[in-house]
Amino acid sequence: MKIAVSATGGSMSALVSEQFGRCAYFLIVDSESMRFEPVSNPATGMSGGAGPEAVRVIAAKGAEVVLTGRVGPNAENALRAAGIRLAGGASGSQTVRQAVEEYLKAAGR
Amino acid sequence: MIVSVASGKGGTGKTSVACALAQSAGRGVCLLDCDVDEPNAAILLHPTIRESVPAAILLPVVDDAKCDGCGACAKVCEYHALTVLGDRPVLFEHLCHSCGGCALACPKGAIREEPKAIGKVHVGDAGGVAFVSGELDVGEVMCPPVIRQVKARAPRGMDLIIDCPPGTACPMVASVEGSDYCVLVTEPTPFGLHDLTLAVDVVRKLGMPFGVVLNLADIGDDEVDAFCAREGIPILARIPFDRALAEAYSRGKTFVEAKPEFRTLFAGILYGIRCQGAA
Repeated sequence: MKIAVSATGGSMSALVSEQFGRCAYFLIVDSESMRFEPVSNPATGMSGGAGPEAVRVIAAKGAEVVLTGRVGPNAENALRAAGIRLAGGASGSQTVRQAVEEYLKAAGR
Repeated sequence: MIVSVASGKGGTGKTSVACALAQSAGRGVCLLDCDVDEPNAAILLHPTIRESVPAAILLPVVDDAKCDGCGACAKVCEYHALTVLGDRPVLFEHLCHSCGGCALACPKGAIREEPKAIGKVHVGDAGGVAFVSGELDVGEVMCPPVIRQVKARAPRGMDLIIDCPPGTACPMVASVEGSDYCVLVTEPTPFGLHDLTLAVDVVRKLGMPFGVVLNLADIGDDEVDAFCAREGIPILARIPFDRALAEAYSRGKTFVEAKPEFRTLFAGILYGIRCQGAA
């Protein structure tokens, strides 16, 4: 399963970004191998519509779940349309690796 | 002659000043309440509404049978209101500016535009002052189209007084645009001055003459006066902090109803604007 995590940097030890649409990076993490691909978020500087654009980017990378803090209403609708599960409420004091491990543990994997 | 009443900071007395100007103008004047998020001129003017019509915008509708998911519509959308997710464009209608670009760009002719009501325009009369007001529906976000539809309903041949929304963003620009003169209402506080300077920048960009009405003029500090002197901005009137005005306002009465002698002051402002060369 591919998990997208909103992050402040491009590595697994970067902190989670609580912002979804305007985070600096998405990390696309493969939950089986824990291999990851950092994707620089093109929506960061957009004046409007950042949420849907960010969803388009992670959908194109095959993400099935997104770990983040909060999403806006447009992003929420876009996630629904793209069939990506939202796992919100992630804390910005966690690293991406911690957030993914915690999510997998809670999901019983 | 079209005179818009704007402010920058909210709560400085735009509506009070706009209503007083309209009531002091004599015959053939119409007040347009363009503060469509929170229209409140009716609270002071008590108009009789003759007609309420829906204010609609056009939104794209995608025909799934014709759409092949090419994404041409999303690519042309400056506001990212359309995004291809899965293999179909999804509309985020609150981002849409109704430009119609997507329908033109679609190579399959799969997009048509359909009207959606997002508010209402009320037309009426308030004791010799013609009245048009806009009202954005709860949950809607696009003020400018409703504001433009209020302006389109203004009776021909009348002088217009436009009660504008606060701030300096699109709704304020849509309201002020096309005026012969802009009256900026402020108060002598750091907040009032700060937002006045922003409003002055906007009105200068729009290229129209403007002046300041200083409300609650005998309290606060002298910084607005100093700013206006430095920038060569005329102060059209100083309205004192007066309990009688506040009490009248709380009962839905205008400045000129509370103090009939104010009619001369506000008529004088309009006369001055007219003499400056406005139509």
